[in-house]
Amino acid sequence: MNLKTFKRGIHPAYHKELSASLPVERAAVPKQVVIPLRQHIGAPCEPLVKRGDLVEEGQIIGDAKSFVTAPVHSSVAGKVKSIGPMPFSGGGKVNSVVIDTAEDFLPKDWTAGGEAVDIDSLTPEAVRSAVRAAGIIGMGGAAFPTSVKISPPKDVPVDTVLINGCECEPYLSADHRKMVESPVDLLKGVKAIMRSVGATRAVIGVEDNKRDAIDAVKNAAASMNFAVEIVELETKYPQGAEKMLIKAALDRTVPVGKLPFEVGVVVNNVGTAIAIYQALAYKKPLIERVVTISGNGITTPKNLKIRIGTPFADIIEQCGGLKSGLGEMLIINGGPMMGITQSTLDVPVTKGTSGITCLAATTIKPTKYDHCIRCASCIDVCPMGLMPLKLGDMGRMSLIEKFNEWAGLSCMECGCCSFVCPSKRPLVQWIRLAKIRAREAAELAKAS
Amino acid sequence: MGGLGLTFAGFLAIADKKLRVVEDPTVEKVLDALPGTNCGACGYAGCHQLAEKMVGREAPVDACPAGGQEVVDAVAAALGVESVKTARQLAVLHCRGGNAEAVRRATYRGEPTCTAANMTGGEKSCLYGCLGLGECVAACAFGAMDMDENGLPVIFYDKCVGCGACVTACPRNLIELHPEEQKLFVYCKNHDKGPLAKKDCTAACIGCTLCVRGCEVKGGITMQNNLAVIDYELCPQDETPTVKCPTKCILFDDEQKMTKEYFYSTLSKKTG
Repeated sequence: MNLKTFKRGIHPAYHKELSASLPVERAAVPKQVVIPLRQHIGAPCEPLVKRGDLVEEGQIIGDAKSFVTAPVHSSVAGKVKSIGPMPFSGGGKVNSVVIDTAEDFLPKDWTAGGEAVDIDSLTPEAVRSAVRAAGIIGMGGAAFPTSVKISPPKDVPVDTVLINGCECEPYLSADHRKMVESPVDLLKGVKAIMRSVGATRAVIGVEDNKRDAIDAVKNAAASMNFAVEIVELETKYPQGAEKMLIKAALDRTVPVGKLPFEVGVVVNNVGTAIAIYQALAYKKPLIERVVTISGNGITTPKNLKIRIGTPFADIIEQCGGLKSGLGEMLIINGGPMMGITQSTLDVPVTKGTSGITCLAATTIKPTKYDHCIRCASCIDVCPMGLMPLKLGDMGRMSLIEKFNEWAGLSCMECGCCSFVCPSKRPLVQWIRLAKIRAREAAELAKAS
Repeated sequence: MGGLGLTFAGFLAIADKKLRVVEDPTVEKVLDALPGTNCGACGYAGCHQLAEKMVGREAPVDACPAGGQEVVDAVAAALGVESVKTARQLAVLHCRGGNAEAVRRATYRGEPTCTAANMTGGEKSCLYGCLGLGECVAACAFGAMDMDENGLPVIFYDKCVGCGACVTACPRNLIELHPEEQKLFVYCKNHDKGPLAKKDCTAACIGCTLCVRGCEVKGGITMQNNLAVIDYELCPQDETPTVKCPTKCILFDDEQKMTKEYFYSTLSKKTG
């Protein structure tokens, strides 16, 4: 059977079998949570609480006035211990609120009161304001505020809501489990997004390595009498990237440097859709998320529902700790292709943490890179149609003007080029470096 | 063949006379006076362009920040104008957390540049301090920097021209330019509270305020966000605030001794 997909891309070893069949468990309530005030792309939040304040579970503790932002909520009830810069999984330190959990803290049952609203009668504004108030951001990893994503400009017609159930990163299975376990919540969330953007068609793209998820969503759609298209896609990396998914599922091409709005599409992750439904139905802010803990370095891989702000160290301990005797470990926030390796286990789980991958350092063979042999393997796999061998060299030599000329900024850092390079050249790493320098240069030019 | 040679020679001789670009000879003179490293610190594309701008009076005589007083004098002489006094600027590294002082908690195996390492947090526990991969040393066009055995960059007092290339290279903004007269510096950028900072590095500013009280003028040194900050307008720069510093991260008159010769004489024979 010829399944739909996009051009180029790679087939890494997925290792999903470690965690794909494990049901989502609830993680233990942490003794202390560290909630960063900037977990999203956009303006950082200002703290709304002071040291020593008592906070409730789900209470708003930080917000900002700007349009592109998302408020943060307390994931436990307790006392604010301090507010200050704390280590962050995205690198460096971010202003965070540290909360000590109250000893008699009992997790709130948000679904107790039943559904508060009827999704089919909501106005677009009501959906957006509820999404904004719940602090929902893109949960696939990009962490872009969802309230902005589901507010298309007035003159742009959006006809299709595309739900991303690809989860193409190796090891991760959080989205997979969400589709299997709560397909009804997912579909109701999809309906809400459709209402918000005024779309008439809904498509869910799932890779064919998640058969049980496809069946679960199809059955739920049939029982709800909801005409949603479930598109089976060929398993390939990076299918979960927004532009690749639009090409694969809808055969539309988003122009370079433009948003999916341009082709009448809004893309959201399955986790985001479920969070939207829960925010509307139960007024539940985004205070917990499903995270996959996997890799060859962890004793028992798990899919855990974790409260935002729980330190990585707590989570790893609940999974039986790191395997001993493997030497140095790589602890990656996210998957091995696009995740960021952490230098400390003090960093907290944030809204954008889709997985914690623990790999023995020996898994990644430390080879010295060699000369480029002009084999063009990286060009063959680059899903954006760039020339990574050229861009990488420009990054290495800091030729920023040339890098911009060769459309280096449209690189999405999926890492296919580094993955296939037979000379083991760190191409995506150089491109990342060049992107940082290009942004710095642009800021400098703006300032002067 | 000989005829062909002669024809071309004749052609070249005529072209040399007819197509000659007449350049203002003062540009040449000014260019000779400038350092000629094309470091770009003046904001122009290189020394030649700056020389042209100086001759056209579009740039001031002291537009070359790298040259110091000698260059200003030489340029003024070449242009036939009066020289001005320049203040020498020097780069100062505000971190003393080398391998011996700062706690290491991870191994970094990525691309060996500071900007790349800064994305993941680097090897050291301190997230404010020097990453130790020498991007600043690579940026220095004057041979005025090197890495010492402790994993920190060293700026040679006698060679630094204050061009600021290292300042922009450092992703953690640890290097600053200071006028030569300033001699008292806080060698730390850690904004964490005392106990946290102390855990990360033995040379960190722990915010104890002993230097604030040690300064003779009130407000000469202030504690801002758990870090001592010197107000150079108010503070009489002397040794008194440094005496009590428990971590020796505020020092007086410490920059001058690090000349290039002195630095290489301190290196052990193995590496030197």
